[in-house]
Amino acid sequence: MNQHTRILVVGNGMVGHYFVQELVKRHPDLAAANLQVTVLGEEPRPAYDRVHLSSFFSGSTAEDLSLVEPGFYDRPGLTLRLNARVSQIDRHQHTVTLTDNTILPYDKLVLATGSYPFVPSVAGRDRENCFVYRTIEDLEAMTAAGKTAKSGVVVGGGLLGLECAKALKDMGLETHVVEFAPRLMAVQVDEAGGKVLRSKIEELGVHVHTSRNTTAIVDGATARHRMVFFDDTWLETDMIVFSAGIRPRDELARESGLAIGARGGIAIDDFSRSSDHNIYAIGECASWNDEMFGLVAPGYDMARTACAHLLGETSTLFQGADMSTKLKLMGVDVASVGDAHGKTHGCRSYQYTDEVRNIYKKIVVSGDGKKLLGAVLIGNADEYGTLQQMTVNEMPLPENPEFLILPASDGKEKPGLGVDALPDTAVLCSCNNVSKGAIGEAVAAGNCSIGAIKSCTKAGTACGGCVPLVTQVMKAQMVKLGMTVNNHLCEHFPYSRQELYHLVRVGQIKTFDELLHKHGHGLGCDICKPTAASVLASCWNEFILKKDLASLQDSNDYFLGNIQKDGSYSVVPRMPGGEVTPDGLIAIGQIAKKYGLYTKVTGGARVDMFGARVEQLPNIWEELIAAGFESGHAYGKSLRTVKSCVGSTWCRYGVDDSVGLAVQLENRYKGLRAPHKIKFGVSGCTRECAEAQGKDVGLIATENGWNLYVCGNGGMKPRHAELIASDLTKEEAIRMIDRFLMFYIRTADRLQRTSTWRDNIEGGLDYLRDVVINDSLGLGAELEAQMQHVVDNYQDEWKTAVNDPEVRKRFRSFVNSVAGDDNIVFVNERNQIRPATPAEKQQTAPAAKVIPILAATE
Amino acid sequence: MNQLQATNAQPATTAAVWHSVCALEDIWPNMGVCALIEGQQIAIFRLKDDQLYALDNHDPHSEANVLSRGLVGDLGGEPVVASPIYKHHYQLRTGLCVEDATVCLNVYPVEVRDGKVWVQR
Ligand code: SRM
Ligand SMILES: Cc1cc2nc3c(=O)[nH]c(=O)nc-3n(C[C@H](O)[C@H](O)[C@H](O)COP(=O)(O)OP(=O)(O)OC[C@H]3O[C@@H](n4cnc5c(N)ncnc54)[C@H](O)[C@@H]3O)c2cc1C
Ligand code: SF4
Ligand code: FES
Repeated sequence: MNQHTRILVVGNGMVGHYFVQELVKRHPDLAAANLQVTVLGEEPRPAYDRVHLSSFFSGSTAEDLSLVEPGFYDRPGLTLRLNARVSQIDRHQHTVTLTDNTILPYDKLVLATGSYPFVPSVAGRDRENCFVYRTIEDLEAMTAAGKTAKSGVVVGGGLLGLECAKALKDMGLETHVVEFAPRLMAVQVDEAGGKVLRSKIEELGVHVHTSRNTTAIVDGATARHRMVFFDDTWLETDMIVFSAGIRPRDELARESGLAIGARGGIAIDDFSRSSDHNIYAIGECASWNDEMFGLVAPGYDMARTACAHLLGETSTLFQGADMSTKLKLMGVDVASVGDAHGKTHGCRSYQYTDEVRNIYKKIVVSGDGKKLLGAVLIGNADEYGTLQQMTVNEMPLPENPEFLILPASDGKEKPGLGVDALPDTAVLCSCNNVSKGAIGEAVAAGNCSIGAIKSCTKAGTACGGCVPLVTQVMKAQMVKLGMTVNNHLCEHFPYSRQELYHLVRVGQIKTFDELLHKHGHGLGCDICKPTAASVLASCWNEFILKKDLASLQDSNDYFLGNIQKDGSYSVVPRMPGGEVTPDGLIAIGQIAKKYGLYTKVTGGARVDMFGARVEQLPNIWEELIAAGFESGHAYGKSLRTVKSCVGSTWCRYGVDDSVGLAVQLENRYKGLRAPHKIKFGVSGCTRECAEAQGKDVGLIATENGWNLYVCGNGGMKPRHAELIASDLTKEEAIRMIDRFLMFYIRTADRLQRTSTWRDNIEGGLDYLRDVVINDSLGLGAELEAQMQHVVDNYQDEWKTAVNDPEVRKRFRSFVNSVAGDDNIVFVNERNQIRPATPAEKQQTAPAAKVIPILAATE
Repeated sequence: MNQLQATNAQPATTAAVWHSVCALEDIWPNMGVCALIEGQQIAIFRLKDDQLYALDNHDPHSEANVLSRGLVGDLGGEPVVASPIYKHHYQLRTGLCVEDATVCLNVYPVEVRDGKVWVQR
């Protein structure tokens, strides 16, 4: 007999591949462990991430989705055959037959055949441009059809159907969802939740038709198809995608006489074994206790169980799965936890509905009010992690459970779930089955960053939904082990930015060399140097291109301009409050024209000129300065713009002079260096045309003075600013802003905008208000004085630079030549220049390379 | 890595020639400049104790000629420059990209003679 154990795995989908990974994890050298593993996959490519299949439409490629590390299947003892479909199992001979009649023997067989999309038996379902949504090939076909279609229908309003609807919408099609049941996502969501979900989805422009049973698909009059419903109403569309549920691919098992679950699926026991003990079934094709699981996490669980059992370990059991889910469907949070429908005998529920924002939340608690049994969250699922852990771990409910889902009143924290209360067995990452205990062990072994935790435990590497909770547990564990949660700036300084700030101020340190000598080591790097530069500037505000400061500046600060993709620079003169005279505009126009620059009005309400080479910068700025302009600090971690609306001067609704205040504020804080950039907005009335509530500092005029808002953010993670004080006079507002900004500069981390800083302040807005407005730390006067020092020492960096020959000399492309960088090449587009693409650069003959600049620059 | 270093240190062209580039004072300490040598852009850095390094000015990750304008420092004791565009780090001694070991820049011999900086290419 063969001394090797021959393992055949049928199906190279998510779970089949995971099984092989488990095997390899336990026996990196399969051949040495006498294992001979053959994997048969019907699809043309190795396993890929079906969960993120939809990202294919937003640009992911088949390679991006691949789950298989290059070379993984090349190891000795492992063979992967693609385009290999098994058509028959002979349990007596211990062989399988492929469609090309190849016969392969096995000792152990693992079925991981997944499921297929169910298509209801509607006449005409085989017509052209009718699709299902399961494989990369399905999506490729849909993309091709989408190019010529104007409209699309998804049959099925479940989880996948809605994901598919999003894809059609993104293709620019008029999109409909046709659902047989009276509501969307009937499996996960209750009736009230379904209603809220529907209006959310409809808000996004998708047409929803519920209680609609399709009876036939025929030729359409205005589009390719007409779908006829049971009541003879109809809908016309160019393409149709069926997403009406899945069915287990159990045909091989049925034909070979294996036991089948009551609702289909290969019946398995707690070891993932089928009725034939040499055959295992895992993933969506398996049925455990007559239950099937259409999610990856339980599939992975079965794979681990099967692998352990196959290798002779009997202590790992599959015992069902928590089917809680959290998704973002078309940008709408949808979550369901445990007994979402409240089917448990005697249970009771709390519900919260917000028909304005379309938010619905429900929790189901046990009859005695002690345990959380389930939950439904639509529109906002922030509490998912907490509720899911409480349910799964049967943790005691807080006294007033309704507060778990009621919105927190301004600035107050919700009763969260202290991570300490979680048992070690709590599974934090259900995708990868990582428990709280495992995170704890990883931390103890020295993995103290989320990156390290991810690579050693795999937690957070699939859907990512568990990352916030995992981070919380990691930090709590670090504190518990007496470690400090490391916020060291970089390898050269064992301090946080806040600590460095204090060292600089208290030690009166004026140079980086001194700072490095006293508190750090090595040469420094591109993290600590700019940070030190910023701290030194906010403390002493010396000219940033002074010889011993220059080498610390980020390249943008060093050249006082933003570097662009081709190595050229942008030029942004300050226009306080967005106000500019006609003469100013003319000067900018003339200068831009003279130097051949591209001009654009920015999102910060001023003019940006692009395409200047370094050696042109001083000349351009000299002319701008002559025309009355100053540096706009578009390059600095410093005050950018104070956006204003036109205000009471002109606007019929304005109640105060917003432009005047904006100009005053911009002139006061210009040049102020901070942990990150700072933006202001000033609006003349509550209509808020300056979008002050999206800025770090916002002011809105009222009948009784100025309302001050802080810590707003646009950009990557928008956050509304919060009202910190009302009805201030201008002078009061300025004092409060002085304190607020200086407190931020003192205490924030590197590259932390005020919004993230605020979210990390213990005590939240109340604490901030106490410090800034009520002066609870008695720091007010000191912070104001510091700000005044910075204000008094302001200088226009560009003016200083162009007037200092030594500094001016720095602005050249080459130390030994007056030539310019001939890799900066422009072409014409919409009557202005733009950087040439690499292909265009190749085409351009060397002689014609640099487009004529209208003035000599030297 | 060693092999790469060896093949890259000498450009494959014919006998390399020494070029006088600029005065040492033209390079401020802890900073770089770019030299144009026979049409080629070479970034030269001056670190602590006037230690000099020379490597390609072209950043293959951004395809821009910008490395001389990057911040210098060290990672784990190895001197590096960070590209100002996407912040890839290149080792000054070897030209090797820290984030992407498949990329290695040419490095050039560089030295000071009588207060002048010379580069061999
Ligand atoms: C030029 C401009 C786009 C435009 O053509 O309109 C722009 C251009 C850049 N923005 Fe911006 N942002 C511009 C307005 C904005 C705005 C709108 C605003 O200010 O009202 C925002 C959202 C508001 C906000 O910041 O909260 C904005 C949010 C960002 C972000 C995300 C910040 C965040 O906190 O999430 C970045 C990235 C960063 O700073 O880390 C960024 C970064 C950048 C950088 C610096 C990226 C880079 O490193 O090259 C771009 C520099 C180009 C240049 O050379 O000037 N830009 N950027 C706008 C210049 C405004 C100005 O006059 O100074
Ligand atoms: C668009 C989409 C979104 C999803 N989103 C989520 C989500 O957010 N969260 C979640 O948990 N789950 C999600 N799922 C479900 C998840 O993808 C499945 O649970 C998971 O893929 C199941 O893995 P499996 O290995 O059992 O099946 P599959 O991944 O389908 O793999 C089965 C493989 O076996 C092959 N096969 C079948 N029969 C044979 C045969 N006779 N011979 C050879 N090969 C055969 C098939 O071709 C297939 O490649 C989503 C699914 C889709 C389609
Ligand atoms: S949004 Fe992105 S691409 Fe546009 S200017 Fe800002 S940073 Fe550049
Ligand atoms: S729960 Fe999905 S990655 Fe952790």
